[in-house]
Amino acid sequence: MRPETWVRPTPAGLFVEPGSFYIDPSSPVDRAVVTHGHSDHARGGNRRVLATAETLAIMKSRFGHDAIGAIQALAYGERIEINGVGVSLAPAGHILGSAQVVLDWQGSRIVVSGDYKRRRDPTCPPFEPIRCDVFITEATFALPVFCHPDDKEEVARLLHSMAVFPERTHLVGVYALGKCQRLIRLLREAGYDQPIYLHGALVGLCDLYREHGVDLGDLRPATEAPPGMFAGVLVLAPPSSLGDRWSRRMADSVLSFASGWMRIKQRAKQRGVELPLVISDHADWGELTQTLDEVGAPEVWVTHGREDALVHHATTRGIRARALSLLGFEEEGS
Amino acid sequence: MKAFSRLLASLLYSPARNTKLRLLRVYLAETPDPDRGYALAALTGTLAFAEAKPAAVREVARQRLDPVLFDLSYDYVGDLAETVALIWPASDQSHDLRLGEVVETLTLAARAKVPELLEGWLDRLDADARWALIKLLTGGLRVGVSERLAKSALAEHGKVELAEVEEVWHGLDPPYRSLFDWLDRKATRPQIDTSRLFRPLMLAQALEESDLISLDPSDFRAEWKWDGIRVQIVSGPDGARLFSRGGEEVGPAFPDLVDRMSFSAVVDGELLVRRGEEVAPFNDLQQRLNRKKATEKHLADYPAFVRVYDLLFEGEEDLRHLGFDARRARLEAWVARTGLATGVIDLSPLVPFADWEELGRHRLGAGALNAEGLMLKRADSPYVPGRPKGLWFKWKRAADTIDAVLMYAQRGHGKRSSFYSDYTFGLWTSPGGELVPIGKAYFGFTNTELMELDKWVRNHTTDRFGPVRQVEPGLVLEIAFDSAQRSTRHKSGVALRFPRVARIRWDKPAGEADILETLVKRIPA
Ligand SMILES: [Zn+2]
Ligand SMILES: [Zn+2]
Repeated sequence: MRPETWVRPTPAGLFVEPGSFYIDPSSPVDRAVVTHGHSDHARGGNRRVLATAETLAIMKSRFGHDAIGAIQALAYGERIEINGVGVSLAPAGHILGSAQVVLDWQGSRIVVSGDYKRRRDPTCPPFEPIRCDVFITEATFALPVFCHPDDKEEVARLLHSMAVFPERTHLVGVYALGKCQRLIRLLREAGYDQPIYLHGALVGLCDLYREHGVDLGDLRPATEAPPGMFAGVLVLAPPSSLGDRWSRRMADSVLSFASGWMRIKQRAKQRGVELPLVISDHADWGELTQTLDEVGAPEVWVTHGREDALVHHATTRGIRARALSLLGFEEEGS
Repeated sequence: MKAFSRLLASLLYSPARNTKLRLLRVYLAETPDPDRGYALAALTGTLAFAEAKPAAVREVARQRLDPVLFDLSYDYVGDLAETVALIWPASDQSHDLRLGEVVETLTLAARAKVPELLEGWLDRLDADARWALIKLLTGGLRVGVSERLAKSALAEHGKVELAEVEEVWHGLDPPYRSLFDWLDRKATRPQIDTSRLFRPLMLAQALEESDLISLDPSDFRAEWKWDGIRVQIVSGPDGARLFSRGGEEVGPAFPDLVDRMSFSAVVDGELLVRRGEEVAPFNDLQQRLNRKKATEKHLADYPAFVRVYDLLFEGEEDLRHLGFDARRARLEAWVARTGLATGVIDLSPLVPFADWEELGRHRLGAGALNAEGLMLKRADSPYVPGRPKGLWFKWKRAADTIDAVLMYAQRGHGKRSSFYSDYTFGLWTSPGGELVPIGKAYFGFTNTELMELDKWVRNHTTDRFGPVRQVEPGLVLEIAFDSAQRSTRHKSGVALRFPRVARIRWDKPAGEADILETLVKRIPA
């Protein structure tokens, strides 16, 4: 049986027909399975939601208890059946709680990767490659120009810059969910034990990570601090706030941004970033191609990014590959 | 290469002059010779490799990389050097390569050897260093370091006055060992033979017509702005040299000029080609520039000369501090006495005028003289290197325009990679005939117009070839251009200089766009 007859893209999201549920639906549905808490995957308004306990906690903190519907938590490796379709979740290594969805129906297995990466992340368990018949992969950084360097080196560059410009504030743009907490952990592992100052929009999710046992050290809200005290300190803020009035309180700051997009120099320059840090929660080209090899799926559907290059690569490796166009999937947490 | 690439990247990201200065100063202090000298030369555009061309980069990219993945990547990144640097597969990077080694090897390398060298080096470098290497090889580092900034960094490094560095800078060649020896207090200041030295040019700012309201016509003198190549003649006892505006020597391609110049002076003028008594269109000069070594026939068919408009030195005497009128008097006397006798120098006349209206009428006649427009120079302006404000203005003649039909659109690069922003347009062979492409335009429209054009292209696509879309012949673009010339490379037989979109004629039916003959008639005979 062709896999597209039981799993197919629809305007509301990826629909598992025999199970009658959607994965990461972009508009409210009766029954949703959610891979992780980023807002392009997790949304409020569904009647029933299945996800990891961590993802459900993130959704609760973002949308409130009432907006996420009836919840059902599934641990990694635990398996249930929904209308005869076997469903289990496997670690995706993307952010806290992130999961791949493993679907079994009538002897055929489809794995939906959600967002994932393959390198170590101190805030979540590593991606688990699972053999399958169809692998639906993300492709955010699916061009061979994307090769994320070792994150230790990137953190060392940040610390080095703080030593070279001790009189300036280092203001680092980070996505609120995942990147922020991972960068803090990496800094702590590199021996940076000074207080780290947070934009108000980052505080809640950092608290949530701590409740799940991630030690983030001494964090302080930056919002109430007097302008003079920023010299020489490290401030984290969501990317959207970097150009606004809030950040202008920090005179002569070194503007930094931690993202996989920072690999492209002209992009960094266009955004006015003085210290680009190439740190990403998505797989780079090498990780994507390595993953295709490891899951060994004869068929790959590519979504969520630059489909062309990965489809081409897979095809040259003898894999049946095509782009899956999903509506409403915008980038967050790149 | 690691230190150099780190410097380049930091310079690229730091807009503030003071930060750049600090980065340069630290680099000069930490980096040994000859690397720091070559780095400085590369940053200021003084380093050029005759045999290393961007084609070499494309060639190694084509041989080593999957063409589909390469094209997709290039389309996304928008910069050849960066694409190749990022996409190049990582390998052994345990030994860094010295910048000096790269520069010296490239200077001596034959063209056919360059791709092989490049490939070997790319394999040994990390992504940043690969980027720096390719930028170095293809020129155009564009990290915002002016010659002046580099000289300021040198002055700070050696704790000497900027003027002292400026005195010697143009007389020295990379890697500037004698300069660094002096700045590091290991030697005295280098001695320069100033008799054959290029002096940085004084440049004009573009005139906004609104400027005319605030400027007093009696304060200014006007000259034609000739459509040739600005040159500086530096002639002394050892012979003459001819420099382009960037200080590059062009003399070897013009033996018919330099051989006849046996005077001692530094003169500013325009390199032109004559047709009978008149100035030939730019295309004739292009014929000369295309050849490094000219044949006798070439020299005779395209006789070159210099039309001079300023005198910087007469003998040893520096005239640059004098006002324009005073220099002009010296120039006119010098041309009458010495210049004309060479047979290859004449005087660019002043254009007399009483008020701006009269000058404006002269400007309309510029095209007939094969001039680009007018130059306005303050009567009391000293000769100041660089582009000082308020002293010299260029007032270009209005561009010509033609109504063409949009034929193909291609996605742009970088910021514009998601828009169809490169437009190929054409003219009708005859009313009701076929369209034949005459050129491509990338700019001239606002961002809002770009969105509209992009939308129009997407809605009227008839065919696709890779990143190119063919569109219905339904949209008229008013194309402005500086001049039209014959071309054997284009199917239409015509090429445009500086075409850009002047207006989008949403209102005009495509059938009413111009025919090719209309354009051909405007080619100067
Ligand atoms: Zn995500
Ligand atoms: Zn995502």
